[in-house]
Amino acid sequence: MRIEARPTPSHTMRYLSPLLALGLTLTTGAAIFAALGKAPLASLHAFFIEPISTVYGLSELFVKVTPLLLCATGLTLCFRAKVWNIGAEGQFVFGALIAGAVSLQLADYQGFWVLPVVIASGVLAGMAWAGIAAILLTRFRAHEILTTIMLNYIAIQLLLWSVHGPLKSPSGYNFPESELFSPQTLLPTLWGQYRVTIAILIALLMLAVVWTVLNRTLLGYQTRVMGENRQAARFAGFNGNRLIWILLLFSGGMAGMAGVSEVNGPVGQLTTNLALGYGYTAIIIVFMGRMHPLGVLLASLLLGLTYLGGENAQMTLGLPKSITGVFQGLLLFFLLACDFLISHRIVLAPIRSQPPNLSNTPVREVTRS
Amino acid sequence: MGATASRRLELVGITKAYPGCIANDGVEMTVKPGEIHALVGENGAGKSTLMKIIYGVVKPDAGQLIWNDRETLIEGPAHARRLGMGMVFQHFSLFQTLTVTENIALYLPRQEYGSLRRLRDRILSVGEAYGLDINPDRHVHTLSVGEQQRVEIVRCLLQEIQLLILDEPTAVLTPGEVTHLVKVLKQLAREGCSILFISHKLEEVRTLCDRATILRGGRVTGNCIPAETTSEQLSRMMLGDDLHIEKSMGVGAPGDDRLSLEGVSVSPGGAFAIALHNIDLTLRAGEITGIAGVAGNGQDELVDLINGELPPDAGKLLLDSRDMTAEGVLARRRAGLATVHADRLGRGSIGAMSLTENRLLTAYVTDSDAHGFLHWRPLTERTRELIQHYQVKASGPDDTAASLSGGNLQKFIIGREIAQAPKVLVCFYPTWGVDVGSANRIHVELARLRDEGTAILILTEDLDELYLLCDRVGAICGGQLSPLKPGNEVSMETLGQWMAGTFGASQTQGGQHAH
Repeated sequence: MRIEARPTPSHTMRYLSPLLALGLTLTTGAAIFAALGKAPLASLHAFFIEPISTVYGLSELFVKVTPLLLCATGLTLCFRAKVWNIGAEGQFVFGALIAGAVSLQLADYQGFWVLPVVIASGVLAGMAWAGIAAILLTRFRAHEILTTIMLNYIAIQLLLWSVHGPLKSPSGYNFPESELFSPQTLLPTLWGQYRVTIAILIALLMLAVVWTVLNRTLLGYQTRVMGENRQAARFAGFNGNRLIWILLLFSGGMAGMAGVSEVNGPVGQLTTNLALGYGYTAIIIVFMGRMHPLGVLLASLLLGLTYLGGENAQMTLGLPKSITGVFQGLLLFFLLACDFLISHRIVLAPIRSQPPNLSNTPVREVTRS
Repeated sequence: MGATASRRLELVGITKAYPGCIANDGVEMTVKPGEIHALVGENGAGKSTLMKIIYGVVKPDAGQLIWNDRETLIEGPAHARRLGMGMVFQHFSLFQTLTVTENIALYLPRQEYGSLRRLRDRILSVGEAYGLDINPDRHVHTLSVGEQQRVEIVRCLLQEIQLLILDEPTAVLTPGEVTHLVKVLKQLAREGCSILFISHKLEEVRTLCDRATILRGGRVTGNCIPAETTSEQLSRMMLGDDLHIEKSMGVGAPGDDRLSLEGVSVSPGGAFAIALHNIDLTLRAGEITGIAGVAGNGQDELVDLINGELPPDAGKLLLDSRDMTAEGVLARRRAGLATVHADRLGRGSIGAMSLTENRLLTAYVTDSDAHGFLHWRPLTERTRELIQHYQVKASGPDDTAASLSGGNLQKFIIGREIAQAPKVLVCFYPTWGVDVGSANRIHVELARLRDEGTAILILTEDLDELYLLCDRVGAICGGQLSPLKPGNEVSMETLGQWMAGTFGASQTQGGQHAH
């Protein structure tokens, strides 16, 4: 058995790889449960099926999917251009922080304009946070992976400082939390007693917008060209800096909206643990979804389920909540490993024999300097 | 040199298939001791694969290789070298930051060269014996392409060599350097070393080689003694009977100035980039201007400069009498400039995208609506027309650029630019790596565009192409441009001198390898 390069990347493997990765994740997950002394199949059931076996459970899935999908929608466009914004987490936190601060300021105001102002402030804050990375990248060529990661930590520290200091609730027994937001600043829920807000509709709408931009507009075309071949984009005269600005501001705005969907949705106040890693999980979602809007939607459902499953596992199996991170990590790990099979294949044949048509060994210009 | 065998190398039924194509199909060939043997064929005929099989880089699916009358299985390049083969690739395998001696030491087993000092002496003596003048202490990046080739050849000569394989060795040389190389090869052959000379330049093969094997589509289509065969017969074996080659391209009728560079200078962008010095160049409507030159003498920078990717430090660029020095690529394209880059897959196209999307890469200037939306149906239709008109071999507009052969992709790219009816067209290596039939088709299209009043600039290494197409010719060397004169007033010798950097009174000898 040996591994060799494929002459052309496999189209089938591109879409099969996430499913293969899911299968491997479930198998390994079962093994982990067994090693922890739990019944593997029952545990998997508790993790992946039980949480969504009720209508309430399903509605909670969409509560989790809302911020994930908002972040992932923005990143989809960014990553297609190979602009690696790893900072959705920070843009999420900063958006939530500013939207929260504005909500507290507007606590005593009534009127139809209050909620739009809150939403706009969160979106603009996310854009501003991504804008810092855009300036650093376009003016100083500072790589966006480094700057956006560093900005994540800064945003989280700002949030901690705010809820320990200026935004701390005077009536909160000195807990690091803000006051609860007034009802008119909160996003309306969709129906009944469920916590799903209208933000999920915004996420779905924006996903459709991203699909249209990518496939039907010059901007989307330029984004894709930039991701495939930057030199060609430059040669053709595309304005690379302008594209970087648009993409980073868009994904920052989407992450900011995700922040709003969380604090002005199910949470309803500023707390120290708003950063649950949605911005990072969104990266896994985009890769899992093959940077395609439909795939991103499916992947966000799956990754949203890992949050719910973790919570359920904590309650019914007595496992720590960090099992969520284990499953997400496994998924990404196996996905990257399986993606190797897009460009390579495994051949079940001894190395010596040379069957025709299969002998395209990756010997290419070995003597080049 | 070497054992006396009746056959130095014989190939019997060599077959090698890659998924989707048979590169070599039952190839038979015999090379005698002391013979200069040409392997002739179009791009894609299977020459490179065959050569890699001989040198052990690629293993054949079937067939025998007989080395000095004994059947041999070549295990790899190291084994091939031990047997007495040497190979000079088209793209040199030298480390730019090391000296000549260090580079050669890396190639030889330690016990063979002893110490660096002894190796240095051997390099000097071999160089002297064959008139291959190189300074062993210089760093490779300071050498011209011709000198780097000499290093590669000397490296092969340091061992007991019985067969020297050269892959398109003259493609990167000036005419003067070619003459010198021919002399060296003839001396080697007299001493008994066989030479396998891979080329598609028929004149060269006819003057140099004792025998020739012609490949087409992976099969041997002929064996001949080139000196007794006409170029027509040779090219028929190479291309098949049905190919019609247009030989006359007519002449241009120069009109108004379209593009002018006035005293433009550019400082080098990186360690291996070339500075452009005080370039004056005017392109006129209805005229083709040609610039010859060995690769890496400022062609890339000149093309980037005109295209608008490289801002000049000094001087002016006028497009249709408008000062566009400070404008970028898009503004220049809107003003009627089109560029065909030498780097087809790196810059001129996106391999993974469809031909429709690749057409849009430069057609986007005119082909999106006012709101920035794209309408794929008309775009696909226009691409289909382009494919038909330029006889691009593709199954349709949805084919990816990477799936096209080099020649077909080049036809597509040039067609894409011509379809925009540019006022100025810059073609960097218009037919590099393109088969003769496609090259001819491209030449005809360029001549037609000239007749319609476009100002055309061609940068090429192929002097036949230059004289065939261009009304005015010149050369670039070390970032300086020679005078431009009508083609019939510039002899091949003069052009060769220009390519080596000797032009005008102000030019010193030192400019020759200004890296």
